[in-house]
Amino acid sequence: MMQPFVQHTGIVAALPRSNVDTDQIIPKQFLKRVERTGFGPALFHDWRYLPDGRPDPAFELNDPSARGATILVAGPNFGCGSSREHAVWALLEYGFRAILAPSFADIFSANCCRNGVVPVPLHAEEIEQLFSRQRAAGGAYHLTVDLEAPCVTDGSGFHTSFPFDGFRRDMLLRGLDEIGRTLLEENLITAFERGRDAGSGERAWR
Amino acid sequence: MTARTLFQKIWDAHVVHQLPEGPALVYVDLHLVHEVTSPQAFAGLRREGRRVRRPDRTVATMDHNVPTGDRTLPIADPLAAAQLEALAVNARDFGIELFDLASPRQGIVHVIGPELGLTQPGMTIVCGDSHTSTHGAFGALAVGIGTSDVEHVLATQCLLWPSPRIMEARFTGARASGGGVTAKDLILALIGKIGTAGATGHVIEYTGDAIRALSMEERMTVCNMSIEAGARAGMIAPDEVTFAYLAGRLRAPAGAAWERAVAEWRQLASDPGATYDARVTIDASTVGPQVTWGTSPGMVADVTARVPSPGDFATDGERRAVARALEYMGLTPGTPLEGLPIDRVFQAAGFEWRNAGCSMCIGMNADVLRNGERCASTSNRNFEGRQGRGGRTHLMSPAMAAAAAIAGRLVDVRAWEVSAS
Repeated sequence: MMQPFVQHTGIVAALPRSNVDTDQIIPKQFLKRVERTGFGPALFHDWRYLPDGRPDPAFELNDPSARGATILVAGPNFGCGSSREHAVWALLEYGFRAILAPSFADIFSANCCRNGVVPVPLHAEEIEQLFSRQRAAGGAYHLTVDLEAPCVTDGSGFHTSFPFDGFRRDMLLRGLDEIGRTLLEENLITAFERGRDAGSGERAWR
Repeated sequence: MTARTLFQKIWDAHVVHQLPEGPALVYVDLHLVHEVTSPQAFAGLRREGRRVRRPDRTVATMDHNVPTGDRTLPIADPLAAAQLEALAVNARDFGIELFDLASPRQGIVHVIGPELGLTQPGMTIVCGDSHTSTHGAFGALAVGIGTSDVEHVLATQCLLWPSPRIMEARFTGARASGGGVTAKDLILALIGKIGTAGATGHVIEYTGDAIRALSMEERMTVCNMSIEAGARAGMIAPDEVTFAYLAGRLRAPAGAAWERAVAEWRQLASDPGATYDARVTIDASTVGPQVTWGTSPGMVADVTARVPSPGDFATDGERRAVARALEYMGLTPGTPLEGLPIDRVFQAAGFEWRNAGCSMCIGMNADVLRNGERCASTSNRNFEGRQGRGGRTHLMSPAMAAAAAIAGRLVDVRAWEVSAS
């Protein structure tokens, strides 16, 4: 189901903002869909479009240098706020496969890994450096995110490794579904439940 | 035996299996479901031919996207109506108890859990909503999850969870008397101190005399905003206040089972000498009414303070963020917070009694701020556009918000006489 992530090279969009919350990534008025699709056009809606619906030229993602971007570089605490997985679905549908930031909110990080999007934690100074390099490029700036290594390179001097949870890395590299992994332990769950339900009072879960 | 924290005791009792490759398989006692983050999860179950493993441990309600006005009228928004209908169909097809709009028990998911006594000490609780941390007020381990994890819990009644770090947030001393300083001020002060990513990767346990002195509603207020400090969950050890709240609730144990339950719950408190991965202490007696001036909950100050200047901050990133926030909020550095006018309070003050729903806390239904409108808000997020595009939110306690509504501007509620009744 999930698209594996081994290595990806793509154009960078720079979003030098802190605490980018999931309400900004996908505003609530777009959470009414019952599908996992259809969220891409609404990504960053209130920043991306002017009130009359035209793209806001001042917004970073609308900059010509970010056209076709698949790697997003942003400030600290990216993805904070609401647990809405719609935020990741919107980023993915827009085309993003990796988000680079000094830190991520926990639930957002987990949601990324369930959808083949890699949250890459880099040092704040490295992120600032990427902002400058992207600006200096004056057009499309490319990065490669290699999850196998795991490292980030730009082919012109920028190279850094990053820490990544071993279990999540393995699931992403192989594009595996966690439910399938958990169900391998179904006998253990059943045994645990038997003990738990036996000790219950009026309520099943006591 | 080693001294354990409240968290560790609940964690130990729920680990089904420690996966050799990393995370633990943690059993979920109670799964709360609502209409916005569940339809894609149920669709996943159908696609894979999976059932809900424990419908009896799953409870659904409609809250995020429901009209708070007259419910005898049809729902005007067809997308909202379809989403509510999808939950009704999913609950019926998978055998899940649902409190729908016709039920007198329908309400905000994090309110009805406690109200019905579904939320109990020592439980593991999940919900596809970040503010699930609210239930930690009862000494439960309660976490918000995304839709893929909602599907995972529906299918397996378990969560794959890397063991978090534990932070103790100790509130010593007593709040200033007179009612002007509330639970909201305590949690906002903590977020102001540690920042919105201060507790990332952690579960917070709130301890100390000022926490013990809180009512259950106040404890829920504190735990609710754990997520705004970056934490996965917040928890408070259960005590007599907790037991008194739960006694006699519809789904709480009764009779001999109640006595057994309370005896068990008394064992949950962190042992003396238990260690934490991080600790922060706040002297509650020094906390004044808090007001946010920016667009992130950590951008907060005492009501007696002035709007800061970007130059007051250390890094480029912070200065950029503060400049942006002040522009959005329409505020000038140096402006005293006390005295900020709240727009059109009296013109708009046709207060209305509405039905239960998430309303302006998320702004999904028709209840939203207009562009540029300034709001004294008792909710938990002051993000750009959270309460309506261009809306300017100041987070503060209910007492501060009520006083602002009466005065028509931000005021220091301590100067007012607040009656305890």
